[in-house]
Amino acid sequence: MARILLLFVHPFPHRSRVSRALLEGVCDLPGVEVVDLYEQYPDFHIDIKAEQRRILDADLLVVQHPFYWYSAPALFKQWQDRVLEYGFAFGGEGGALRGKDWLSVVTTGQGSDAYRADGHNGHSVAELLFPFACSAHHCGMNYLEPIVVYGASRLSDEQLAGWVERYRQRLADYRPGRGQGDG
Amino acid sequence: MDEYRLLLNAILYLAATVIMVPLAKRLGLGSVLGYLGAGAVIGPWGLGLVNDVEHSRHFAEFGVVLLLFVIGLELNPKRLWSMRHAILGLGASQVALSSLLLGAILLALGFGFNAALVVAMGLSLSSTAIALQSLKERNLLATQAGSSSFAILLFQDLAVIPMLALLPLLGVPAGGWSGNPWLGALSAVAVIIAIILGGRYLTRPIFRYIAATRLREVFTAFTLLLVFGIALLMAAVGMSMALGAFLAGVLLAESEYRHELEVEIEPFKGLLMGLFFISVGMSIDFGLLRQDLFSLLALVALLVSAKGAVLLGLSRFSAIPRSQNSLFVFLLAQGGEFAFVIFEVAGGSGLLDAATTARLVVVVALSMIATPLLLLLYDHLIAPRHLRLDQPGEPEAIDARGNPVIIVGFGRFGRTLGRLLHANGVPTTILDHDPDQIEAVRRFGYKVYFGDASRHDILEAAGAAEARLLVVAFDDAELALRVIDQARKHFPHLRILSRAENNGHAYELLRRGVTLFQREYFASALELGEDALKELGFGAYRAKQAANIFKDHDRALLHELYRLETAEMRHRISLKAREELIQLLAADEEEIAHRHREGWE
Repeated sequence: MARILLLFVHPFPHRSRVSRALLEGVCDLPGVEVVDLYEQYPDFHIDIKAEQRRILDADLLVVQHPFYWYSAPALFKQWQDRVLEYGFAFGGEGGALRGKDWLSVVTTGQGSDAYRADGHNGHSVAELLFPFACSAHHCGMNYLEPIVVYGASRLSDEQLAGWVERYRQRLADYRPGRGQGDG
Repeated sequence: MDEYRLLLNAILYLAATVIMVPLAKRLGLGSVLGYLGAGAVIGPWGLGLVNDVEHSRHFAEFGVVLLLFVIGLELNPKRLWSMRHAILGLGASQVALSSLLLGAILLALGFGFNAALVVAMGLSLSSTAIALQSLKERNLLATQAGSSSFAILLFQDLAVIPMLALLPLLGVPAGGWSGNPWLGALSAVAVIIAIILGGRYLTRPIFRYIAATRLREVFTAFTLLLVFGIALLMAAVGMSMALGAFLAGVLLAESEYRHELEVEIEPFKGLLMGLFFISVGMSIDFGLLRQDLFSLLALVALLVSAKGAVLLGLSRFSAIPRSQNSLFVFLLAQGGEFAFVIFEVAGGSGLLDAATTARLVVVVALSMIATPLLLLLYDHLIAPRHLRLDQPGEPEAIDARGNPVIIVGFGRFGRTLGRLLHANGVPTTILDHDPDQIEAVRRFGYKVYFGDASRHDILEAAGAAEARLLVVAFDDAELALRVIDQARKHFPHLRILSRAENNGHAYELLRRGVTLFQREYFASALELGEDALKELGFGAYRAKQAANIFKDHDRALLHELYRLETAEMRHRISLKAREELIQLLAADEEEIAHRHREGWE
């Protein structure tokens, strides 16, 4: 069975219907361990060793977050800075995460038309997620094609249910070791 | 009335204790002087409420027995063994030299040879009760002077045996010591061996058996039974009761019941020690004192200075640091409780006449009173001076050179802060003025120095001139302000950090330019409040943000209130601020909601 570590990164989940629905849709899947980073580390003081153990135990790292300022909320950056240490994730004795998979799951406020070369932001979400792809590669991980839920604040209930189902299916279908061919 | 006699006496002793001892403590005189004073007041020469001095003193000697038991508990066999040179070397020299010097003086005063020898031997011993109580009260047992004093006192307890053996040869029939001295020595050795074997192999299973009943009073009863039993056994073979109890304590020092034993014995020990001091106070014959004040005081001075001279000489030749010389001298320069015993026996046998015996008893009692007085002198005049002069490497010197932080007060507050600094490799000098507190944290291996930080000389001794930070961490707001005033006056370069009791205290701190302060319950209350919000369904991060906003708002409010003149205005602004805070938190929440509606998800 695939082991999946899901980092849920949202400082104000009580304000995000979509984020909560997505999380609730997948958290009961077998093999999924959910870590609510803001709930666990509201003061940004991350237990580095515990988080490293968690990710070592997983085949797939899922990072689900809203798209704040073209990136993840600050605590995920803190998580990267502290948990993906030199000698653990890269460099020296590092490379503990080699061969594992990384899946970003992003919810945006604006619709997909804002994320086109001719749109308001001038870049696709996939392009803007480039630093995360580089981070994954730097750790020897396979960066899977992200799930992007556009215009999340304006989704109808049916649309949201569709996204939840797609997300759930993606995780349920996941098999470790398929590498970059997956997705 | 006779059947109530015991109860009546007990009430007298207890009432005198409750009245006098706290008073003496308040006046900074220490508990020993309080007890002595209580004794003098209720004794036959004071108000005459109690007349049976001898009887209560004999009874109270069990206090000394318990004291030595407790001290034994803190000293395992290994540490005792490491003291053997001090016990034999220092102890024997002190007893021999003091006896010789005092004997010579007594001869010069016109005593007969035998009488001079007996009295000198009696006077050469010091008061275990006074010396050890004073050491424990000041938490100085671990110092060089303290452990040397203790070694000497132990030797003196041993020396009692040959002294008692000598008495018959000097024409004094000594009570239990008639008969064959070889047989006596043999039975003494047998008793000691029995105590050692019993302590090693027998007591622990019995304690385990009794502890399993979970009846606390049975445990206490057995402990007392053990100690008193051993004491009596030792007395029966002509040895010091206290020595036997001490031996039992040492043997139990490594047992798992050590702390329980200490706790159970403590109140008995304290009360009986108190009773002992009271009985010493009672034996001061004020009539005699009035008649003959100057010659008696002169004799006390002579006794103390003769013994003191020997002790001073010894301390110069031993490992005792210079700064503790006077402590060592003052601790042991008095006459001891054994002197009373010897004088009684010698008086009874006719070697000394009644008037001389009475005078000697008063001199010894006064010399005991002199000890706490001399130690007050040490505490207030000599110790502060030496804190600064001490050589590096001395165990008790405040080794403050270069320590950037001075922490005053090492209770729960100071300790947490100190541990944080310590864990980060910041050397600190710690001062506290509560001996119990010091005792408690020393068990955890912290070096804490006794001293009143509101005196600038103590601050200076703690290295205030070179330190960068002064942390005021104790809970007496008024004293804290005094410490800060002293520090600001004499060491203006010091950055002061302070614990604040409440807003009022915080204003006083701000008035003194101290901006780095924390109100003592504020942070912890806020964190618990955060937990409460989480329990009510707030996200952890949202609760944290709410607490942070509250904290900032409250700090700003504190500074605003500080600038206001009257309590009335402060009250008004506080009420207004409470509304403001509600709006502030709501606005923050609204802003987040807005963002999530419009842009973020």
